[in-house]
Amino acid sequence: MTNIQQFTKGLIKENPALVLLLGMCPTLAVTSSAINGLAMGLATTFVLTFSNIVIASIKNFIPDKVRIAGFILVIATFVTIVDLVMKAWAPPAIYNALGVFIPLIVVNCIILGRAEAFASKNSVFHSLLDGLGMGVGFTLALFVMGSIREVLGNGSILDIKFVSQEAKTILMFVMPPGAFITLGFLIASVNKLKKA
Amino acid sequence: MEYISIIILAIFVNNVVLAQFLGICPFLGVSNKISTSVGMGGAVVFVMALANLVTYLVYNYILVPLSVEFMQTITFILVIAALVQIVEIILKKLSPPLYQALGIYLPLITTNCAVLGIAILAIKKDLDLVMSVVYASSTAVGFTLALIVMAGIREQLELTGVPKGMKGFPIALVTAGLLSLAFMGFAGII
Repeated sequence: MTNIQQFTKGLIKENPALVLLLGMCPTLAVTSSAINGLAMGLATTFVLTFSNIVIASIKNFIPDKVRIAGFILVIATFVTIVDLVMKAWAPPAIYNALGVFIPLIVVNCIILGRAEAFASKNSVFHSLLDGLGMGVGFTLALFVMGSIREVLGNGSILDIKFVSQEAKTILMFVMPPGAFITLGFLIASVNKLKKA
Repeated sequence: MEYISIIILAIFVNNVVLAQFLGICPFLGVSNKISTSVGMGGAVVFVMALANLVTYLVYNYILVPLSVEFMQTITFILVIAALVQIVEIILKKLSPPLYQALGIYLPLITTNCAVLGIAILAIKKDLDLVMSVVYASSTAVGFTLALIVMAGIREQLELTGVPKGMKGFPIALVTAGLLSLAFMGFAGII
């Protein structure tokens, strides 16, 4: 695989959220608006890229038996960094909307999955590209999902309202049921596209 | 009274899976059969109550005195992973039948984000020790309830003609969406 392919495979062909079906919890929970989806995607991308780099560089020093614990420790370190940085500088509305799902990036299966399946077997540079690609793919999925829900449920996109204040929107889509249903139809469409 | 409202809120109103989106992976992964979901639910109730007990003690008697609360995420995930291992070893020695029933689900629980999520939320909500354990066990009961209802529906779904593109994961998600809609009806009871 060329370097470009290492990066692009995560975007659509192996999109972590829509094709590999990993990291369902944040995909459903924080996508009530496009901007929240974007913020969560970027936070995950940061953790994914840096943990991939670190794990690829220390893979030869970690004994095989404790490797999973080692990976989790590395991931948890970067998650703590993201949490503290966002607490300090991100707009409070976004930090509060993401809430408990920022520390929960630790148990996001995408990150441990890439560490185990890719970074522990490949070079540092390839792991960086893989992490970045998977992260951008995840961000893309969250952004699309957030946009659909925001348009249908709130009549706005990126907080810019395009229907009148009194207009009735399908409120269900910004609430929990809308998340499940939107993701169900999104995955079905991606499956269809993949076959075509 | 306070306890009753915590229990009802955690099981029905703020159902961990259908309203808070924690533990989606096991929810969709092991909800194919009612029998497996009962086993998984039992293991989750047990581990979650224990995890909240231990993380409460660790947070208040180790992290706070040392004022390293920012280490919460790292410590909690290690504590939970270790806890699951210990429970597995003890169960294997003390109660082989229980181990037979819960054993295969235990390793899966480490990756269940509901366990870590509820431990963090209990700290955030400033619950005391008893309250925190009650909160965790009733949340886990809510998880089990959602899992069993979902499994019952999916068993029936196997026999119906689902459109080809929606088979498998998509229809499961739409089903969960409708279930979640139904659970929203509980919102007014407290």
